[in-house]
Amino acid sequence: MNQQLVRLTKKRLFMPILCLCIVLLINVIKTPDFFKITVREGVFYGYIIDVINRASELVILAVGMTLCIASSAGTDISVGAVMAVAAAVCCSILAGGQVSVTAYQNPYIIAVLAALGVAVLCGAFNGFLVANLKIQPMVATLILFTAGRGIAQLITNGQITYVRVSSYKLLGANIPGVPLPTSVFVAILVIIIAQTILRKTSLGMYIEAVGINAKASRLVGLKSTAIIFLTYVICGLCAGISGIIMSSRIYSADANNIGLLMELDAILAVALGGNNLAGGRFSMTGSIIGAYTIQALTTTLYAMGVSADQIPVYKALVVIVIVSLQSEVVKAKFNDIKKKHESRKTLVATVEVQ
Amino acid sequence: MKLKKHFDSKTVLLWITILLFFSMYIIGMVIYHDRGFANLQNFLNLFISNAGLIVISAGMTVVMITGGIDISVGSFVAMACMILADLMENKGLDASTAIFFVLIVGIVFGFVQGWFISYLKIQPFIMTLAGMFFARGMTAIISQDMINIQNKTFLAIASHKIYLPFGGYLNKHGKLILPYIYPTVIVALIALVIIFWMLRYTKLGRNIYAIGGNEQSAMLMGLDIKKTKLIAYTISGLCSGIGGTLFCLNTCSGFVEQAKGFEMDAIASAVIGGTLLTGGVGNVFGTLFGVLINGTIQSFITFQGTLSSWWVRISIAALLAFFIILQSIFAFITERRKGL
Repeated sequence: MNQQLVRLTKKRLFMPILCLCIVLLINVIKTPDFFKITVREGVFYGYIIDVINRASELVILAVGMTLCIASSAGTDISVGAVMAVAAAVCCSILAGGQVSVTAYQNPYIIAVLAALGVAVLCGAFNGFLVANLKIQPMVATLILFTAGRGIAQLITNGQITYVRVSSYKLLGANIPGVPLPTSVFVAILVIIIAQTILRKTSLGMYIEAVGINAKASRLVGLKSTAIIFLTYVICGLCAGISGIIMSSRIYSADANNIGLLMELDAILAVALGGNNLAGGRFSMTGSIIGAYTIQALTTTLYAMGVSADQIPVYKALVVIVIVSLQSEVVKAKFNDIKKKHESRKTLVATVEVQ
Repeated sequence: MKLKKHFDSKTVLLWITILLFFSMYIIGMVIYHDRGFANLQNFLNLFISNAGLIVISAGMTVVMITGGIDISVGSFVAMACMILADLMENKGLDASTAIFFVLIVGIVFGFVQGWFISYLKIQPFIMTLAGMFFARGMTAIISQDMINIQNKTFLAIASHKIYLPFGGYLNKHGKLILPYIYPTVIVALIALVIIFWMLRYTKLGRNIYAIGGNEQSAMLMGLDIKKTKLIAYTISGLCSGIGGTLFCLNTCSGFVEQAKGFEMDAIASAVIGGTLLTGGVGNVFGTLFGVLINGTIQSFITFQGTLSSWWVRISIAALLAFFIILQSIFAFITERRKGL
């Protein structure tokens, strides 16, 4: 029994799942009807549905962020700003330059493709700085981190562009007849595509190899620069997708608020998922569980009456605790204690035998 | 040979910065000469409106020389303003006690971040990102609403003009208008000089450069890396406290959204001023020029009048990108030269 428990705690996904369970448990105690799901007009409602729904953007961001961290040991902190840019591009093309429209001025597909294209460009810019110019990822992405919202403002002319078309809202709401929110399916689709690419091709292994040692992997013939570049492009694309979902939720492009503070959440999701922020081996599933955990935490905080402005304090504290527990120094301390404990055990055993 | 020494990759960035500042300023004087860009007062305004940024960027430079970074400063400024406003308006404390308290909070904030970074070896960026969110959230916890400062002593310090004895001009009525500065400018410049002295002439300063240059050899030399890094982040925290107070003297209010993107301005100023992101190289006077360039861009946009404020952010980001790319090119060249 004891050994099984030890084996269980050694599993990679043990900590992420434990965190999620703790958050959910707190909720069950605080709000008894947390798991209650009601059906209204053929659509599911409830806390759990809300968490899964709202977490969609974060899950998609976490997919991209995991790859960035794995390949370059650095985080892309521009994702929130890139979301705002993508939303601005999408809405302003649909609105055709007007502030508020009730019918598409341009085809939907063109707007989405353009938005994703711009997001990929942003990712490529970050990737170029990180991979080709060897600039620390966080500093390189700092450029878009602040300039991004300015660019988004520029695209929308400093106004909030509204697209008041019912089909635009579908992505952030429910498609008639489908009981689950659309964004959940988009998130699942992104996960499936990402997992397929990582599992079926050697890309996942290459990313890990580059993350563990970029120089060594270059010597064995991997194009480490290209791989790091690619991960930032993917991260940009993911940010673009979540930007479009978020703008669909509020059927507008609000350059100041779309994706605000999402970068910390995305990093936190990866860290919560048991991934090492120093790069190398990664677990996509862990990051995804981490993303849901954070959304559950956010929803819990909201339910407890904490205002949106105050939530960062709690999240920052969680980050500090998780990152501290992950740090080599603390790990070494734990190992020391464990070793001491074990050696005492063997000592006791030998004494008993004698 | 001597010329080469002055223009190696480490100092050439500083020269580019100084040249850029003067050419930008001269361009401004030519374009907006009818609107008083060339007045001495306009030049002094660069210092007046950026006094807080000067101190914060100087603290940032110290941290960046060790090879780290501190992105919590912008949020900390907001928190400092909010603490000042809350202590004076809601708690009824007098100005000097409130300012003293903020400085202590700054030191503690920097110390805690520094402890996590140096003793638990957490990446500076992650730790200060958490610090950034913590400070911003704390600001909202102290008060969600905007607080305007009405404390008499505080306002008196904020509006006390110190006239310069020269550089004045006669206005329409024949009255001599002398250019002025506020006490904040003097505090900022004193802080800058102290940090310059500390970096250049003290053992601590040399240790900071040594760690940034090569942490491993610094450790082999027997330097206490952890302690030095801890002190560097504490200095940055204190600078954020001072800078936050100076910023607050400028705005006389506290609210959640204040000083957004300030960390970017501070980092950009240090980088533009020739501080290498990889550590080991940097000069606070270069940073001062970085701040002045930042301010000149801002005054360009005010003088133009038709441009929106986000152009400031975009142009600073573009400049930052330019200098970062320049740095990496120089690093590449030096590496190549060493390889030969």
